[in-house]
Amino acid sequence: MNATSLPAEPRESDQRAQRDARHDRIFRLILKACALLVLLALLGAAASTLWGGREVLFGHTWEFLTTSDWNPVENKYGALGPIFGTLVTSIIAIVLAVPISFGIALFLSEIAPSWLRTPVATAIELLAAIPSIIYGMWGLFVFVPFMADHVEPKLSATLGQLPIIGALFDGPPLGLGILTAGIVLAVMIIPFISSVMREVFQTVPTRLKESAYALGSTKWEVVWDIMLPYTRSAVIGGIFLGLGRALGETMAVTFVLGNSYDIQASLLMPGTSISSSIANEFNEAVGTHRSALIALGFLLFVVTFIVLMIARLMLRRLSRKEGN
Amino acid sequence: MSAIYRRRYATNIIALTLSGIATLIGLTFLAWILWITISRGISAVGVPLFTKITAYADQGGLANAIVGSMLIDLMAILICAPIGVLAGTYLAEYARRTKLGSVIRFLNDILLSAPSIVLGLFVYVIVVLPMTSITNGSVSFSAFAGAVALALIGLPVIVRTTDEMLQLVPGTLREAALSLGIPQWKLTVQVLMRASGSGIATGVLLALARLAGETAPLLFTAFGNNYMAYGLLDKMASLPVSIYQYTNDPNPAMHAIAWAGALLITLFVLALSLLTRLFFARKKVNHD
Repeated sequence: MNATSLPAEPRESDQRAQRDARHDRIFRLILKACALLVLLALLGAAASTLWGGREVLFGHTWEFLTTSDWNPVENKYGALGPIFGTLVTSIIAIVLAVPISFGIALFLSEIAPSWLRTPVATAIELLAAIPSIIYGMWGLFVFVPFMADHVEPKLSATLGQLPIIGALFDGPPLGLGILTAGIVLAVMIIPFISSVMREVFQTVPTRLKESAYALGSTKWEVVWDIMLPYTRSAVIGGIFLGLGRALGETMAVTFVLGNSYDIQASLLMPGTSISSSIANEFNEAVGTHRSALIALGFLLFVVTFIVLMIARLMLRRLSRKEGN
Repeated sequence: MSAIYRRRYATNIIALTLSGIATLIGLTFLAWILWITISRGISAVGVPLFTKITAYADQGGLANAIVGSMLIDLMAILICAPIGVLAGTYLAEYARRTKLGSVIRFLNDILLSAPSIVLGLFVYVIVVLPMTSITNGSVSFSAFAGAVALALIGLPVIVRTTDEMLQLVPGTLREAALSLGIPQWKLTVQVLMRASGSGIATGVLLALARLAGETAPLLFTAFGNNYMAYGLLDKMASLPVSIYQYTNDPNPAMHAIAWAGALLITLFVLALSLLTRLFFARKKVNHD
């Protein structure tokens, strides 16, 4: 073959390969930029709320975090009231939602006949699809009167009379308040916790369960002594996932909390939460008041971020176990 | 039967009964909330709801809120769908096992359950405030800002479903295409995305269902408007925010309209999520 004829060839395939490589690089770059946007969204949310709340977060740090006097007229912003309300309502929600979610997961994965599982599981998950504003309306117009008429008088009359814990259930049956908000939150997070629990229960190896049954265990013993220890970290992850939801929920609790900045021992009294303070006041707030509300948003973001991070780490440990 | 057997048997029966009761409690709340929404909403649904605007509340209309919601939701989807699909593709095709990929996947899962009100504040600080100062206050709250806030809520849903759906595509498909000499971007766009097209579309619908019911991020981004507005930079009414305002109103007639709006949103969101569930039932992928 003549050596000089080689460079004379058009080399279309080479050009094409170069073009493809260039396009591949550009394509990859675009994709990467989009993926980095997700990172940026979280960083941005933290940075912008930190920036927006800088006046209060850095100027009055101590006052903001340790006092409970929230008075826009006198320009005093102590965040203990909302922080207290957020924590207490979320704790009530978790305390109520965890056993119920566990029961639902147990029912769906071990007890229910197979034809019943999918419809019931779908129905429970629909609870998560209902917009939170609907929970808020239902809470305000239906559940608050229900609590005031039927539940709270009975609580005051029974638990309210006990020593020590009685103080928690003392007070007029307003219907509005920390306890009602906690219950509404519990209903909202049940589908999240129960679907995680149900999912992780399904990862328990059948031979482990069958061995336990073969040794004569009852269904409950298999669930409590075999399945729960096997899935412990993921179950805790699911609970933290629910907690993260409860901490940040806004519309469902705004209507039923009663919007009071006082910290009171009784769960029947009105309170406020970080998210509901922001929702209620932000559009009327100016200056330091607005900065204080954005600072509250920053606090909420940091706390939920940590809780959700723990949740995901716990859940991830299980998926690794699954892989092995 | 000895005492210990009897006790174990009894514990078992009690525990199983309690778990049945727990399920009933969950279902009761669902039925309760749906029943209230339907029974109270249906009575206020009528022609005026779709033709009159909220400026004249006594006429019982939500027309501007319905139009506003549709526009804002559509804009939000147009923002988050392309970004989400591309980001999900990056995770599945280029960063399946890399460190950056797992970090983004992890943070995406956190964004999925991040408090929506904080995302609203975020958009307020990065969109509403700059716009106010650039235009000297003639533009402040805007439909665009609302759409960005909602896009942030839909984004992680789309990223996650796209990522999962693409990972389901069998590797042989990739190898077959690459062995023909197809560049990777063509493989991704013309083979993989087509193969998982219905799954990705489901993710977008899921995101729509998720963001359509959100109220908190709209309060201080799109704000609200008692009149019909179509402009990208106008304050715009939306169904959730109008419901919120009407619920806060002491007048019971307003509450009736609020319930009608609540019924519309709930039907829309539940229909969407049931629809996507049907898709997903075939795909068998987790999507919490």
